[in-house]
Amino acid sequence: MARLPYLPQTQTDVEAMLRRIGVKSLEDLYSDVPAEFLHKGAYALPDAMSEQEIRDCFAALAAMNASLKVFVGQGAYDHYTPSVIPYLCSRSEFLTAYTPYQCEISQGTLRYIFEYQSLLCELTGLDVCNASMYDGPTAAAEAMMMAVASARKKTRVLVSATLLPQVLEVVKTYAKFHGVELGMLKADNGQTSLKALQEELASGDVAGVLVPSVNRYGIVEDHSGFADAIHAQKSLLLEYCDPSALAVVKTPGEWDADVAVGEGQSLGLPLSYGGPYVGFMTVKKEHMRKMPGRIVGQTVDGEGRRSFVLTLQAREQHIKREKATSNICSNESLMALWVTIYLSLMGPEGLREVNMMSTDGAHYLKAELLKTGKFEDVYPHKPFLKEFVLKPVAESPAALHERLEKAGFFAAWPLEEGLVSFCVTEKRTKEETDALVCAIKEG
Amino acid sequence: MKYYDKLIFELSREGRCGFSLPQNRYPAAPELPAAVKRSSALNLPEVSEPDVVRHYTNLSQMNFGVDTGFYPLGSCTMKYNPKINEEISSLPGFASQHPLVEDALVPGVRKVYEKMNEALGAITGMHAFTFAPCAGAHGELTGLMIMRQYHMSRGDMARTKVIVPDSAHGTNPASAAVCGLQVVQVKSLENGRIDVEALKPLLGPDIAGIMMTNPNTLGLFETQIKEIASLVHGAGGLLYYDGANMNPLMGVVRPGDMGFDIMHLNLHKTFSTPHGGGGPGSGPVGVAKHLEGCLKQLRVSGFHGNFGVILKAYAYILSLGKDHLKKVGQYSVLGANYIKECLKDVYKLPIEGVCKHEFVFDGLINDGAREGVPGATTLDVAKRLLDYGFHAPTIYFPLLFHQALMIEPTETESKDTLDAFIEVMRKIAAEAAEDPNILHEAPHNTPISRPDETAAARNPILKFQDTL
Repeated sequence: MARLPYLPQTQTDVEAMLRRIGVKSLEDLYSDVPAEFLHKGAYALPDAMSEQEIRDCFAALAAMNASLKVFVGQGAYDHYTPSVIPYLCSRSEFLTAYTPYQCEISQGTLRYIFEYQSLLCELTGLDVCNASMYDGPTAAAEAMMMAVASARKKTRVLVSATLLPQVLEVVKTYAKFHGVELGMLKADNGQTSLKALQEELASGDVAGVLVPSVNRYGIVEDHSGFADAIHAQKSLLLEYCDPSALAVVKTPGEWDADVAVGEGQSLGLPLSYGGPYVGFMTVKKEHMRKMPGRIVGQTVDGEGRRSFVLTLQAREQHIKREKATSNICSNESLMALWVTIYLSLMGPEGLREVNMMSTDGAHYLKAELLKTGKFEDVYPHKPFLKEFVLKPVAESPAALHERLEKAGFFAAWPLEEGLVSFCVTEKRTKEETDALVCAIKEG
Repeated sequence: MKYYDKLIFELSREGRCGFSLPQNRYPAAPELPAAVKRSSALNLPEVSEPDVVRHYTNLSQMNFGVDTGFYPLGSCTMKYNPKINEEISSLPGFASQHPLVEDALVPGVRKVYEKMNEALGAITGMHAFTFAPCAGAHGELTGLMIMRQYHMSRGDMARTKVIVPDSAHGTNPASAAVCGLQVVQVKSLENGRIDVEALKPLLGPDIAGIMMTNPNTLGLFETQIKEIASLVHGAGGLLYYDGANMNPLMGVVRPGDMGFDIMHLNLHKTFSTPHGGGGPGSGPVGVAKHLEGCLKQLRVSGFHGNFGVILKAYAYILSLGKDHLKKVGQYSVLGANYIKECLKDVYKLPIEGVCKHEFVFDGLINDGAREGVPGATTLDVAKRLLDYGFHAPTIYFPLLFHQALMIEPTETESKDTLDAFIEVMRKIAAEAAEDPNILHEAPHNTPISRPDETAAARNPILKFQDTL
């Protein structure tokens, strides 16, 4: 049997401690548990493994998985992660800390969260950011609940059909149990329809409206007129964003949105089969006290030194208990650090270049694919960045997708409307993109 | 730890950069139309790679983690985080997988989920798990959704209330409220356990179920769990198990065997994955067989939950195997009882008897209060512990006691560490008796002294150069 190196107790220690407690055996420590609940016999688990066996076991599991060139986004983007990030995030002072309850020995965590908040406010053009959420879709659900809590008697929230499917599904789940009525906003030529929005708002019972900044088709949406229409009904505009793209597209602040939420994964987090990622939420300052989650604020210590603390805690679950409008407690702090370091390294130029290279690559791929004659361009004049959709005319979306998988590409993600979605990030070289086009031609 | 005062923005110099990208070989795409283009400035820091490395290294040195020292934070199970597990979660065969890739292409990934489902089932006695929840509170919410879904699927729409003990974690009532359930509180007895007589009249056709943690937040086993389960089930309700306190039961007792229908686990507590300064966690939810259908219908996060965390927890389970599992539970209980017995002559122990993985003191027996000098509080004790190189226990929780100090040592701490902690706790008690001001003014040796939290809330500065 392999030993377990994580337990420091010696036999002598155990005996001494039992004596001090005044019991005879470890079993006696469970004398308050009814005997029928004490598990009898062995647990149905494998034998304990040594570190070497564990390493081999996981190396084998990792090797079983395909290694495909990723040309799909749909809410998870294969951007490059500079080595500095995992290096710094693995520092155990960050990694093995709990939530910064004791601020005097948690200034490291509190400072990077303050930086994270500042960076996300800068990207989104809004005033206040919380310390992070689980992921984009749950952040969207929290924004929905926040809109309803702010609006008091209005219980309807409008969501755009152009949001990513996982966002719509998670929002629907939360809405069902939280007692929120959802209204679906139709798309018009690939983007949320202003006309549909105006019609839906007329009922006067809308607490908030959730629309994507860059949508599931990759289209950069034009939200001109949205905020005026929404604010006229005293409802909130909630923008769902890809924060990487906010370096170049109009910000929630510029659209006069009340709340911005989204998936922070595009800021250098590995794909990691969907998690851990990091959701974000920023709001206009008038909504600060309705915001869920932890918030870090600046203050001074007894000697007047700049210090950071968890603040505005009256909003939070551990104070409000059953009166809370959010139950979030743990967030994704380490991933917020990841994003903070990413944005520090990239700076304004780096983030713009990442967007430019990805956009150039996507536009190139789209043009090359159209040249093959195997696709129809369904949204020819809509602006897009790294992601776009086409309609395959020679084969079904599913058949195309599977064929490409066999050729080593994760590409042409089928959407239910008979479309396929492609994405190019700065990680995809022109050779790889050309190879994808070749593979598509050959079929 | 030494004080370091920079923010990354203050290191910024125009023209500096910390990135390098390959040459762009694609033709230039057309510019975005002005209507959708960002026009405001983008004031991100401009810093070099060495600037970044030094800055965050300096920040890290103002932080205390499990690797720094003893972290007896009650209900948080701050055990050692094995290093091999970090290595595993970053293997490219896992880390580079897109979440939408079909199951058949990632059999190694799917196997981890499948094996974790089996292992957690074996450890808890539950039938099936969902791994979508990203944290404990997220698991609670998911579990309550399953509870409601179950009743609704049977056409039983009247069950809109959930019973929560007064000792419950704050997330319990908050999760219930978010799930659209009304919270009914059941009080605790003098002995810290749920008052079964007070529970009985609460049960009825409007009760969806009860949320419990066993052992409860006082670290006490709910000895009447069998009767509670039978009463709640008899009234048509379900039992939810808050797995935050699962550690002492590892290898000894299974929640499924005690009658619980739904539970969550905190992989970042019981299963050793690092807490990362407040996440990422993972809060898988397990259900009994009759609830499996409800489990599968709910989408509560973007993709497959925090896969990277699940991987680490699976590696931990393999290191335990069936051989060491029981030691985790037993040694966590041993350590807690040892500290309790060694300190109860100087700190108030409100409830005598054997505890599980944690216990609660209600402040100092002699707080040193005298004419003109208020006594040392639990906050003071906590802050003084920081001076001696220990993290503080959880304080002012549970709410049942005014001066609660909740101590959870975990099984990965040696007797030597526990003895050192006990010695310091006794020393602090002696200091309080002699001159409580030493404690009122603590901490003295940390990067900052006690900050002005009132000012932080009254005049919120929530981002760089804020002038709210």
